[in-house]
Amino acid sequence: MMTIGPVHYLVLGAILFTLGAAGVVLRRNAVVVLMSVELMLNAVNLTFLAFSRFPLVQNAPMQGGILQGHVAVFFVIATAAAEAAVGLAIIIAVFRSRTSINVDEFDSLKF
Amino acid sequence: MEAVLFYIFAIGVVVAGAQVVLRRNPIYGAVSLVACFFFLAGIYVLLSAHLIAILQVMVYAGAVMVLFVFVIMLLNLKEEELGEMHVTTMKGIGLAAVLVLVGFIAWKALTPVQFARDMAVNEQIHGFGGVKAVGNVLYRSSVLPFEVTSLLLLVAVVSAVVIAKGKI
Amino acid sequence: MQAFLDSLIRGWGHDPQTWVWTQLIYVAFMGLFSFAVINFAAVTAGIFSWAERRVAGRMQSRVGPNRAGPGGFYQWIADAVKLLTKEDLVPTEADQFLFRIAPYFMMVGFACVFVALPFSHRLVIAEMNVGVFYIIAVTALIVVGIIMSGWSSNSKWSLFGAIRSAAQIISYEIPAGMALMIPVLLSGTLSTQGIIRAQGPWPWEWYIFHDPASFAAFFIYFISALAEGNRTPFDLPEAESELVSGYNTEYSGMRFSYFFLVEWGNMWVMSALATTMFLGGWQVPFLPVTDAADKIAMLSGGWTVLAELASIAIFTFKTLFFVFIVMWLRWTLPRIRVDQMMNMCWKYLVPVSFAAVLFVAGWMLVIHAVPALDWIMRIVLTAGGAITLVMFWLRTLQNIKDTGDKFDFTSNW
Repeated sequence: MMTIGPVHYLVLGAILFTLGAAGVVLRRNAVVVLMSVELMLNAVNLTFLAFSRFPLVQNAPMQGGILQGHVAVFFVIATAAAEAAVGLAIIIAVFRSRTSINVDEFDSLKF
Repeated sequence: MEAVLFYIFAIGVVVAGAQVVLRRNPIYGAVSLVACFFFLAGIYVLLSAHLIAILQVMVYAGAVMVLFVFVIMLLNLKEEELGEMHVTTMKGIGLAAVLVLVGFIAWKALTPVQFARDMAVNEQIHGFGGVKAVGNVLYRSSVLPFEVTSLLLLVAVVSAVVIAKGKI
Repeated sequence: MQAFLDSLIRGWGHDPQTWVWTQLIYVAFMGLFSFAVINFAAVTAGIFSWAERRVAGRMQSRVGPNRAGPGGFYQWIADAVKLLTKEDLVPTEADQFLFRIAPYFMMVGFACVFVALPFSHRLVIAEMNVGVFYIIAVTALIVVGIIMSGWSSNSKWSLFGAIRSAAQIISYEIPAGMALMIPVLLSGTLSTQGIIRAQGPWPWEWYIFHDPASFAAFFIYFISALAEGNRTPFDLPEAESELVSGYNTEYSGMRFSYFFLVEWGNMWVMSALATTMFLGGWQVPFLPVTDAADKIAMLSGGWTVLAELASIAIFTFKTLFFVFIVMWLRWTLPRIRVDQMMNMCWKYLVPVSFAAVLFVAGWMLVIHAVPALDWIMRIVLTAGGAITLVMFWLRTLQNIKDTGDKFDFTSNW
């Protein structure tokens, strides 16, 4: 318990991902759904970083190969920012025409 | 020291993350999400990913969350429009049970796995997770994805304006 | 800081790697340093609040605080005592929890910056390899605090002030961040101390006079920092004539004082950052400190202390000079409109800052090929700056002479 190893970080990542998934499934508010997606993305980031520091392969390549995890997280953060901007813009557009952000009400393909 | 910090941050992450899912009012959810990201940044520092921790705070707490809060305020939902809370006590207990189960399964599944070594400590990679080390990898082996990301951000900016503006 | 503590522990006859109390000593000294930094920030902000009112009185021909102590200097202590002892009101309709914690968010975001800000050659709490990024990142907490205070107050004025402020701060973060990237490009490091070491003590060695783009970047940074600190001419979030007081309308007592502490303390932060990034920081003339050779460390005995004090004095002087300019701007310029503010950011500052980064990247290639151009450009720009300053000085003297204005230090002003 006292020494923190890779398993601790991975378990935390799994719990966080579950929380995010539960939020996507349980909640009807579109903004909260987007926030839960952010939680899931962050759980993935945590896993990337944990595997980057504690690689599985016995003779993993030095520096270059190992820090690929950090690079992946960098791209995930950039993509998440883009996703949030577009997602919130879509929510605003939908709210204009439906005056609601309840995802259950968005059931027609065209309105 | 590391263990104490890890447990403080981990409990913070889980509690704040649960708040995001369980709170009825999205403003509280957003504020909890900020707290969650700060605790996560602390965890990243423990993983010696200093650059990523700073980026996390800068991008999420500085930009993305402000955007979320901004939209929530802009929509300014009334009490009744928030919708009734579908998360009852039973569902809360169910969520907690699922979390414990997932954590337990992950723990049991991962414990026998042989992790090679601790790259930051054992291999003495100098400046692991620092700006220089990550930058080297980023610009040597991932130049094309990096450039494509800039394109992606540009597209996101333009599309956000086009979608949200209505009439241009 | 860790190196300093390790040497301290070694001085007590223990090995920091194995001694049981090492971690405790670290934590204790972290607490001590945080205490010192927060007090420094609070006292500076208090003194600035006095100085600002004096400067305002002088510039607008009115009376500033002049009763308590010499030149009314004790006024800020009296104000602080009054604010601390006032009743801490929370409106019934307000969101209790968020209302209470919002000022702490701002305070944390503001106090954390001091961790990476240098004060002198050795006086810096942590020399991080991500220093500049760190400063940009923790400043973001201030926005969160502003939004939370505005929303939780449950008042129109607060909400409008908070939304304006959030829009303003996240917009101006882009040009400010891009402008700060130029010294980073030139020095090749994100560490604040490293950026100062890459510059020199003389004006032509500073990054502001390095090339036209970094000269422009300095002003872009300065304007954006004014906007991020909600200072006039960008004080729309707290525009008294339209919004009562903006996001802090409903606050009183201690929590109210936090907002103002952050506002005035921010003047030190932005000026110190400008000094660090563009104006050579604490570099002492004739004792340049570079990554290769540290002339101050080479001195012996009392001279080291003297050089250290000189570096503190130089850094403080440069910073206070910019603090004065910020006050000067506040009492000279009118407030601009919201659309003008947004236009200025997105249509002018953002494109210009991107162009400046590109130019600097190109210029670095050019001076790599032709090193002589570097020095020619630096000398020309420094000479231009010096001539402008002299002309300004002469013109001001002429104005003072024409109006017969005089400044009497002996009376109680």
